[in-house]
Amino acid sequence: MSATLISKVPAGALPDKWDNYKADARLVNPNNKRKFKIIVVGTGLAGASAAATLAELGYQVDAFTFHDSPRRAHSIAAQGGINAAKNYRGDGDSINRLFIDTIKGGDFRSRESNVHRLAQVSVDIIDQMVAQGVPFAREYGGMLENRSFGGAQVSRTFYARGQTGQQLLLGAYQQLSRQIGLGGVRLFNRTELVDVVVIDGRCSGIVVRDLLTGEITSHAAHAVVIATGGYGNVYFLSTNAMNCNVTAAWRAHRRGAMFANPCFTQIHPTCIPQSDESQSKLTLMSESLRNDGRIWVPKNPDDSRPAEQIPENERDYYLERLYPSYGNLAPRDISSRAAKRLVDKGHGVGPLKNGVNLDFSAAIARLGRRTVEERYGNLFQMYERIAGEDPYSTPMRIYPATHYTMGGLWVDYELGTTVPGLYAAGEANFSDHGANRLGASALMQGLADGYFVLPYTISNYLAPLLNKPVPSTDHPAFAQVETEARQRFKSYLGVQGTRSPDWFHRQLGKIIWDYCGMERTQQGLEKALAELPALYGEFKKDLRVTGTGESVNQTLEKAGRVDDFFQLGMLMCRDALDRQESCGAHFRSEYQTEDGEAMRDDQNFCHVSAYNWTGDPMAAELNKEPLVYETAHLASRSYK
Amino acid sequence: MTQLKDLTLKVWRQSGADNPGYFETHKVETVSDEASFLEMLDQLNERLIGEGKEAIVFDHDCREGICGTCSLMINGRAHGPQRATTTCQLHMRTFNSGDEIVIEPWRAAAFPIIKDLMVDRSSFDRIVEAGGFITAPTGGAPDANLILVPKPVADAAMDSAACIGCGACVAACPNGAANLFTGAKIAHLNVLPQGQSERYKRAEAMVMAMDDQFGSCTNHGECSAACPKEISLDVIATMNSDFRKSKSKNRKALSRS
Amino acid sequence: MSVVWGLTTSVGLADMAQVITKSNRSRGPVTGTALASREKRPFLIDLYSTAVGKKFAMAISGIALMGFVLFHMIGNLKMYLGAAELNNYAEFLKRLLYPLAPKGAVLWVFRGGLLAMLALHLHAAWSLTVLNRRARPVRYQSPRDYEVANFASRTMRYSGLIVLAFLAWHLLDLTFGVVNTVGADGTFVRSEVYANVVRSLGRWPVALFYVLANLLLGIHLRHGAWSIFQSLGWNNPRFNSWRGAFATAFAAIVVVGNISFPLAVLAGIVS
Repeated sequence: MSATLISKVPAGALPDKWDNYKADARLVNPNNKRKFKIIVVGTGLAGASAAATLAELGYQVDAFTFHDSPRRAHSIAAQGGINAAKNYRGDGDSINRLFIDTIKGGDFRSRESNVHRLAQVSVDIIDQMVAQGVPFAREYGGMLENRSFGGAQVSRTFYARGQTGQQLLLGAYQQLSRQIGLGGVRLFNRTELVDVVVIDGRCSGIVVRDLLTGEITSHAAHAVVIATGGYGNVYFLSTNAMNCNVTAAWRAHRRGAMFANPCFTQIHPTCIPQSDESQSKLTLMSESLRNDGRIWVPKNPDDSRPAEQIPENERDYYLERLYPSYGNLAPRDISSRAAKRLVDKGHGVGPLKNGVNLDFSAAIARLGRRTVEERYGNLFQMYERIAGEDPYSTPMRIYPATHYTMGGLWVDYELGTTVPGLYAAGEANFSDHGANRLGASALMQGLADGYFVLPYTISNYLAPLLNKPVPSTDHPAFAQVETEARQRFKSYLGVQGTRSPDWFHRQLGKIIWDYCGMERTQQGLEKALAELPALYGEFKKDLRVTGTGESVNQTLEKAGRVDDFFQLGMLMCRDALDRQESCGAHFRSEYQTEDGEAMRDDQNFCHVSAYNWTGDPMAAELNKEPLVYETAHLASRSYK
Repeated sequence: MTQLKDLTLKVWRQSGADNPGYFETHKVETVSDEASFLEMLDQLNERLIGEGKEAIVFDHDCREGICGTCSLMINGRAHGPQRATTTCQLHMRTFNSGDEIVIEPWRAAAFPIIKDLMVDRSSFDRIVEAGGFITAPTGGAPDANLILVPKPVADAAMDSAACIGCGACVAACPNGAANLFTGAKIAHLNVLPQGQSERYKRAEAMVMAMDDQFGSCTNHGECSAACPKEISLDVIATMNSDFRKSKSKNRKALSRS
Repeated sequence: MSVVWGLTTSVGLADMAQVITKSNRSRGPVTGTALASREKRPFLIDLYSTAVGKKFAMAISGIALMGFVLFHMIGNLKMYLGAAELNNYAEFLKRLLYPLAPKGAVLWVFRGGLLAMLALHLHAAWSLTVLNRRARPVRYQSPRDYEVANFASRTMRYSGLIVLAFLAWHLLDLTFGVVNTVGADGTFVRSEVYANVVRSLGRWPVALFYVLANLLLGIHLRHGAWSIFQSLGWNNPRFNSWRGAFATAFAAIVVVGNISFPLAVLAGIVS
């Protein structure tokens, strides 16, 4: 089925669209809200805030998390901060400025209306989180403190030391906990979504697997929200948590939700470089470090002196040299590629020559060790734990790593996927960041979706369904999907091959990283598309999962997730091959300017690529949502 | 990068909550000192799967010391020998070749064992559900800068709010008490201006929920020493004081205090 | 689950068990956990019903008992001023507020108060011990490596029990004279405090027991005096760093004073 993508953008001038939408949206009477049941999958920033808010409004909410507690979601690991157009500094910030920065940061591949709404509600998020007791950094006078972040020339980032994500998540978690305590939300922990059920064209529920008992059960609802985060773990090595996966989004995709821009994956410039082959994940060092740290490599590739002994004139502060106006705060994609090029040319530092220096000696000299410690203490400590070096005395070594995925389930203005009744929020959707996300915008988007968008848009969907009962789980569609899920998990156990799911994941990740990572080429992507189906075939034949399906079996859980990563990986490479331009994080070597910058092709690719499941990820059907810029002007992005 | 050799691991295996557990001994011939403790266990699990055996079950997720999912009693210490460090941040360079490493799950009645090294810590969630929040429904918040929070107060709140809910305090406490966890949340919310309205209700509800599930504090200080975020024992004193006041204060006169 | 939910709930928490056991074959979602209602009780009973409240009771009774051991020690220093001073002091205690109150009445009020405090201290300690045992029914199967818990904090129960036993013996010895029959005339005269002390502590096993018990008392006091601040929530950055020093000093003063008596008797300084 070839669908036209209806983005449901409301009428009116850009700044009025959201107000117009709210004015026109259908509402559910407070007494009727309790007749509706909503399932929220995932309890990170987007999921927890949505579940809590919907329950406060009076809906019956069932929240699902595969963690033991909602507080473990990976939103917790975000360090640097959250953007909001508060203009508390009086430095020229405004909703419009945040909107333009985000559109430009996303290299003109995001939908204007969504981004503008994000900038509008960003202001409410800070109010809401402060009211909940999030201990944001303060000035001595008691007002909120700000720092600046990549891709912006104003200071609009609010932060709580280097643990902003943690504090925001705990705020949302506490609000969710309150609703659990009051009976407004039923929490299913250690329960993973394994499929989505669609009856008569509407999303009617989900099928889940209890990770403790292996039991597969059905849950029906009037609407389902997928807020399960991104798919960065397809690379195996990423800054995502070990258990982050694409399964919920992917299973929704397989049931009819289109998957948009899968090749837009962000590589974060400041992570700790890999130290050996056995490494299981990479650790991010907040971008906020670039506020005070200076990035450099030795001019001489063969310089083997310790960093602090290399004199100033033999250091190449390449970001300051290449992008004088933004300097060390150039956007993520640009900083990452610059680092990669220098490391590829042999300027890398560290035992494996796989990093660049992030030097704080100037900041320590200027501000004093104490101030630096206050701003970044926990990050420095984290670095010291992992790398075994003291960043106060020797520069940190950093290198880009996969961090965030801008792509995800295609959603309209209401955050609805192409399956009516199925919503996607937070990193799981594709909506707001285009081809590249600016720092401190992920927290903003997750909370905007959960607190201030979904509660409005879901009621607009539910209102006409009043007095239609929750679909019954006795419906044959549920039984059918349950059986398929049982079969699937049984089949992983049944292969009895020789390789663990982790082994396959590592191989898969290597292919994706090599050919669909920071720089992509037609040749490489074609190679990947040749290798992936073969490896996937091997996965089906040679997988080994030990243990049983009736008690906790992390190997089995992993097998299911790797299976979905394989299918996604193929779609990613296909999308990257198809998008014959460079934009944001998607950098095709064939399409670059003379000085190595991304070369967009607005003639042919100013659209969202949304894929329809056809049964074979290699043959997914491409649909295009054209992107129209009425307010922001398509311009080539320059941070020089 | 150097290699550690000949480690002996004694790992607790237990197939279910009611089933008897036992220590299983595994030799680790060689492992990089750059590997984290959990990566060492990953490698062991890979080997076990290769041998057709069931992998050791342990909780873990972010592997950067912030989600609080990882646990493990390593050589008699919660999160192992390094201070202010979660198990996932613990690196093998802390150990020496030839070491024997004993790994046990965390033990407390409120943390029943699920399987092998995995325990259930949802008892912590019950405490937060009882009162570990500020009632601020979405939508009604005033402008953020209307609520002034002096920097020292914000800093103190942040110190307590750094808790990751890993349960090391309970695991390390000789009495299986959760006072540090509960105290940290109370000390976070009760010092902030936003938290004053529910201050005593919160302290009361959370302490009561804690009381139903955990042991009592006898001021050893093991919890704080084991805490990967180095939360101070002071939070327990704050909690005790607020709990006492919750029982004695006239809450209708709260605005006068 | 072996967790004891000591409350009546409108929602069955057992239905929301998170771990599969023999008694819980299924797992349910968690909801309504904060809807439980507790019966209203008088505030002191309500406070004492919780572990935090019991620690509060331990701290208050501990302060009373600390006051007793301190003044007991100071009073006994009269020993160094001779028999008359000490006996006179004993008589003074009996004559407190006399003639307003009958002779010995105030002393008995004090004794009654102290006994009540002791009983409270013991009851709280006992019930907390039971609670703590129940909080970890299965102990660690490998040796623990404690980081800061010290001998004092980990032996409170035992040091307390031994001090209690000593107290009983001490009362039988010097107050009731039941075990103090070694005098020249074989009788015990209650008012001859000085003679009784010299006679009792002159026996070296008794002196040794006295010294040992007081060392344990000192250890008990060290941890107890520090804990008071925590348990009562007396917490202020201005004096927090002094809490440990105060506890050590208090314990040391009491112990040094008390131990000096048997040593002085054995050394013949007091005879």
